[in-house]
Amino acid sequence: MMLNVLYFASLRETFGIASEHIALPAPATVAALIVVLRARGDSWFDALGPDKRWRVAVNEEMAVMDTVLQVGDAVAIFPPVTGG
Amino acid sequence: MPTIRVQTEDFDLGAEVDALRAGNAKIGGIALFVGLVRDINDGAGVSTLTLEHYPAMTQKALVDIVDQACARWDVINATVIHRVGQLMPTDQIVLVIVASGHRGDAFQACEFIIDFLKTRAPFWKKESTQKGERWVEARASDDAASSRWQALHKSEES
Repeated sequence: MMLNVLYFASLRETFGIASEHIALPAPATVAALIVVLRARGDSWFDALGPDKRWRVAVNEEMAVMDTVLQVGDAVAIFPPVTGG
Repeated sequence: MPTIRVQTEDFDLGAEVDALRAGNAKIGGIALFVGLVRDINDGAGVSTLTLEHYPAMTQKALVDIVDQACARWDVINATVIHRVGQLMPTDQIVLVIVASGHRGDAFQACEFIIDFLKTRAPFWKKESTQKGERWVEARASDDAASSRWQALHKSEES
C-alpha cells in the first residue's frame, strides 16, 4: 500500500526531502515504516534511532509506534514541537 | 465560537480583545497570554526567528486544544493566534485570550491552552544567531508544564 510520508523542520533538513511516497506491504504500523526508513542507513538510521526524540502524526493526529496505517495515509515525522 | 488563526501578519491585542468580548454581557473576566521573541536564548544572541508549521495539522491541533479547555472550564469564548514565518526580537509570536464568567476559569484555561500548544501544536522555531542557524530544542520544562494539567485532571476526577 502507498503512503504519503512528510518530514518537517530539522528532520526535513537532515533527510534533504520534504515528502515522498513509500510503498509498504499491508498491514503495517508506524513501527514498520520506521524500520524501512532506518534501513536506508546514514542519517536515516541515526535520526530515527530509539535514542532520538521525534514524533509521528498519522492523518494530522499524533500517533504511536503501534498505530496501524491504511492505504493513502499521510504520515508526518518531525522533531518535538517548539511553538508558542 | 473560538477564533483560531495561523498567520504571518502581526496582531493587535486591543482589537482582538474587543472582537472576542463584543456585546457579551455574560463575560466577567478575560485572561490573555502574549508570547514574544527574545533577543537571547541558551546564551546566544538571536537576530531572527523563523517559525515553520505543518499547515494540514496545525488548525486541527489548535481546535482540539481549545475544545479541551472549553470542556474543562467555563469558557465563554477564546482566541488563539500563532504567527509563522520570519520574526524579529520583540515581535509578538502567539496570542491566547480566554473570556469567562469569572477570573479563575479564565486564568486556568488560558494557561492550559498555551501549555498544550507548546507541546502539541506542530510549530518549530529556527533561530539565527551569531553562531549560525539552529533549530530550537524542545524543553523538558514545557513537557512538565503540559503534563501537570493531566495530573490535575486525574486528581479532579478521582
